[in-house]
Amino acid sequence: MSSPEFPIIAALDALTGALFLLTALGVVATRQVLASLQLFILQSLLLSTSAFLLGIATRSIHLFAVAGITIATKTLLIPWLLRYTVSDEVYRTREVGRVLNIPISLLLSAVLVVVAYAIASPIMNAVEVPFARVNLPLGLAAMFLGAFTVAVRREAVPQLLGLLAVENGVFFAGVAIVPNLPVIAELAAAVDVPVVALVVGLLTRQIHRRLGTTSVGHLSALREH
Amino acid sequence: MLERIVYNLVQVLVVVAFAPLIEGVVNRLKENLQSKAGPNIFQPYRDIWKLLHKDEIVSDQSSWVFRAAPYLAFAAPIFVALLIPVLTRYPLFFAFMGDMLGGGFVLALGGFFATLAAVDTANPYGPMGASRTRMVGFLAEPVFIVVFLTVSFVAGSTIPYIVQTKWIAPISNFFEPSHVLLMIAFLMLILAEDGRIPVDSPSGQFELAMIDRSKSLEYSGRGAALMKWAGVMKFFVLITIFLNVLVTPWGLAPEGSGGLGVAIAIPLVLLKVFAFVLVLVFIESSLAKLRLFRITEFLGAAFVTSVVAMITRLSDI
Repeated sequence: MSSPEFPIIAALDALTGALFLLTALGVVATRQVLASLQLFILQSLLLSTSAFLLGIATRSIHLFAVAGITIATKTLLIPWLLRYTVSDEVYRTREVGRVLNIPISLLLSAVLVVVAYAIASPIMNAVEVPFARVNLPLGLAAMFLGAFTVAVRREAVPQLLGLLAVENGVFFAGVAIVPNLPVIAELAAAVDVPVVALVVGLLTRQIHRRLGTTSVGHLSALREH
Repeated sequence: MLERIVYNLVQVLVVVAFAPLIEGVVNRLKENLQSKAGPNIFQPYRDIWKLLHKDEIVSDQSSWVFRAAPYLAFAAPIFVALLIPVLTRYPLFFAFMGDMLGGGFVLALGGFFATLAAVDTANPYGPMGASRTRMVGFLAEPVFIVVFLTVSFVAGSTIPYIVQTKWIAPISNFFEPSHVLLMIAFLMLILAEDGRIPVDSPSGQFELAMIDRSKSLEYSGRGAALMKWAGVMKFFVLITIFLNVLVTPWGLAPEGSGGLGVAIAIPLVLLKVFAFVLVLVFIESSLAKLRLFRITEFLGAAFVTSVVAMITRLSDI
């Protein structure tokens, strides 16, 4: 592990990273809409845990702020907004229409993780930042998996969760590389992302009310009434 | 030298003697969790005792495979118990006779003959269960291989006694991402391989839905007793590999502690297994059985978890 002076914190951060990646895989593969929302909440909790641990290790007050803001927006505000705006019927849906079936999307996810590690390893060798060895590749992998979620899902809410997972991945990598910058970015995101969630939620509500489905695969062509 | 042989045999005796108890505890706890009284924890012993004293009936359509399979299935876990660390931290006499892959092959051999015997009876449910077991088996195989590959790559050896010390050498090794992911993947593998709930229902009595249990439907008397005993021993061996090699090599007899150390290790190891059984019962009670074609998704998830564990490990060097 990269940080000899904090072996326990480095170990706990690595554990957090492993679980973070697992939740990202879960957001790709779960069948229920509600389960992927819960996994997203768990992922955000793990992100703030990592930020908190790194805050202890680097004595950076900014990272505590990042952890606090993440908990406030991503585990409380955004899930509440999504639950409030989108009807319960959507969350009870079991079979989320998918472009690829679950085993194939899982295998492709594994390939994406390999790619993330391949991209991250030269950077890891170049920068001498503690914790980057864990956070950078796992954050990149979570980013790719979030983007892959958007590509592979057909329902609106899981696609939004994929977008938010990309954001989580960016921050997971970011807190390790630049411990003092992300608080500004996080503050901006704290305002930005809930608004995105609200807009998508309201849009989904309208789509669902009109069409009785939230499957955006049907929305490929425009049609006049 | 001589005492290491004795300890090795003690190890096998522990597996043979306590495996039914674990099964009894699992059944009892599961019923308790459903607010039922549940059977006595010694019920599997009574079942085996009863079956051993009953007449055995063998179909005249079946061949020697059917008769030989219970003995082979019974011998396989005993053989594996010689190779793995059940009670001690230091390698025993037979430890270098075979590595983890060898143990896997031996376990698979027992399973293979049980499958053949199920086909041999020509009972319609037997071959169905056999083909389903093979399906689960070939989906589980890559996970097995990737897990063992990663573990032995980390330790630089495929002997389980050497592998087990690597994860706790500094305690921070325990929390490595690859280790945590490997544990999760292997846990899913145990659930699949032993026919536990997300994959198969061990207490189900409905032949059409059975996967693992329908293979021994045709056995009676001594054959049935041996198959049942073999099943619980295989479960015990898998749990032991999981706990002593992959998760927590604590509570084992250290080098030079002699017979007393081994005697103390027996209750400690059993305690560890009971703790694991609690987790298992919780998993089994909170999940529903998967449909047959969803098993690919379950094992696919296990495979991806193990591959990710391997990648995180390989790139960390």
